[in-house]
Amino acid sequence: MFTKETAFTWYTKAAAKMSEHKEELHDLDAAIGDGDHGINMDRGFTWLLQAVPEMQNLRLGEVLKTSGMILLSSVGGASGPLYGTLFLKGSATVGERDALTSSELFAFFDVGVAALVTRGRTKSGDKTMYDTWEPMLLEYKKQLESGATMVEIMRACVDAAAAGMTATIPMLAQKGRASYLGERSIGHQDPGATSSFYLIQALYESIRE
Amino acid sequence: MKKLINKAENVVLEQLQGLAAAHPELYLNLNPRYVCRREIPDGKVALISGGGSGHEPLHCGYVGFGMLDGACPGEVFTSPTPNQIYECAKKVHRGAGVLFLVKNYTGDVLNFETAAELCLADGIQVQCILIDDDVAVKGGGGTAGRRGLGITVLAEKIIGAAAQAGYSFEQCAALGRRINQNGRSMGVALSSCVVPAAGKPTFTLGENEIEIGIGIHGEPGIKRMPMASVDELVQILVEHIFADPDYTRIVHELNADTGMWDDVELVSKQFAKGDNVIVLVNGMGGTPVGELYGVYRKLALLCTQYGITIQRNLVGTYISSLEMLGCSISILRADKEMLDLWDARVATPALCTLGTVCTSSK
Repeated sequence: MFTKETAFTWYTKAAAKMSEHKEELHDLDAAIGDGDHGINMDRGFTWLLQAVPEMQNLRLGEVLKTSGMILLSSVGGASGPLYGTLFLKGSATVGERDALTSSELFAFFDVGVAALVTRGRTKSGDKTMYDTWEPMLLEYKKQLESGATMVEIMRACVDAAAAGMTATIPMLAQKGRASYLGERSIGHQDPGATSSFYLIQALYESIRE
Repeated sequence: MKKLINKAENVVLEQLQGLAAAHPELYLNLNPRYVCRREIPDGKVALISGGGSGHEPLHCGYVGFGMLDGACPGEVFTSPTPNQIYECAKKVHRGAGVLFLVKNYTGDVLNFETAAELCLADGIQVQCILIDDDVAVKGGGGTAGRRGLGITVLAEKIIGAAAQAGYSFEQCAALGRRINQNGRSMGVALSSCVVPAAGKPTFTLGENEIEIGIGIHGEPGIKRMPMASVDELVQILVEHIFADPDYTRIVHELNADTGMWDDVELVSKQFAKGDNVIVLVNGMGGTPVGELYGVYRKLALLCTQYGITIQRNLVGTYISSLEMLGCSISILRADKEMLDLWDARVATPALCTLGTVCTSSK
């Protein structure tokens, strides 16, 4: 089950990963974007982590909604509204529940990622964070239908997300600042796809505990 | 890096504090960050813009009578966040709606659109007016579209005058679309710039190398070439602007009834002989004003050659890129209404009464 304790563990691990990979995200972004993705993600998840004590008394749906608002207010750049929207719209699926089953957690991501796609007006293959989320969601659905446990599902999702992330390397950027590079964007891994992978990896590690 | 700063992380905050100290008529809100007018008449359409810092005097320097009601500065070259924009909108809203002027950069667009949805949920009439005037980006898709350049300054002035004169929300929005459809710009960089937090140049140019079509954050332009004379460079920019064919793009506007974003097709027509225009010769931050007049000299000659009449002009640093050397030229096809609004009184830190009225185009 995914509870708010799972969410808090997820944020702790995600914040650690964003901090640990700050330079990597910076370098990936500097190559095809403006180089602020590492600093922005580190700042956003640091703020999110700092807000955990204040979220202790909230219901799960409120925690996820508040998390969305915090990411929206702290990350900046294009990623802030995208990650913020994922959490905000996804949280609406939670309702009064305090614990989510695998299929309910799928609904959170399914709706959240769909909102992210709408916000960014992106599609598969544009060299964006969606190229990580799309294979992750497809794998999640497949595992769900095969009756896998939440840990098994998420383990498979990490592999799918990693494959999606690296698949952005040969892609021609269609969105954001990278799109102005045209052919020169080819050969670089998308920074947003990379931070999305770390977020998914952090979720798996928190569910595994 | 040699800059008049203290700690890199405090640059934006301290510069805003300086602006507020120099201009007590402006209100600076620190958390979240925005600058707004202290006195805004009831029933006036509110005009807000914003974007990354480092382009001063854009946007905070244009807050005041006859121009912006509020501005939301992000970190250097980083978009502001939706809560800044949303809180600023609530502060300046006087019951007649809030118009967001948004330069076409993905971060700015996404953050302003998110803020617009928050405003709409509060029952505030709101719309995003996009500015995408950089002809260095070709049409036809495959990119995030044309970027917002100097037409933003002209739009803030003209729509600001309209809102001050009592135009309705829809009239202001329509005027904004019309300005964007009639304006085109292009820039040239002679050097890179240094983002304080990065401490090193955003990109590198050779000793004798320049980049045509550069974006205001150093986004790649059309080509790099050896340094040339001002006349040659102005000719390249102006030819690109005048030769740029009709340009069609889809912009997204918030539908207040559905809460969804509608696709709206806007077409910009190519400049033609007989057009009346307002021109902006803009410095990127490091280029002396004298050189900008050198640019204006050639620009005026070329306009005469093309049969295009400069009705009004603005020469100076109005949308900068930190300490970058270079300039951009913006040209706006202006009808009588736009010219009248251009001439209207304006009192902001960076634009206060306007340049001269041309009496001769020859």
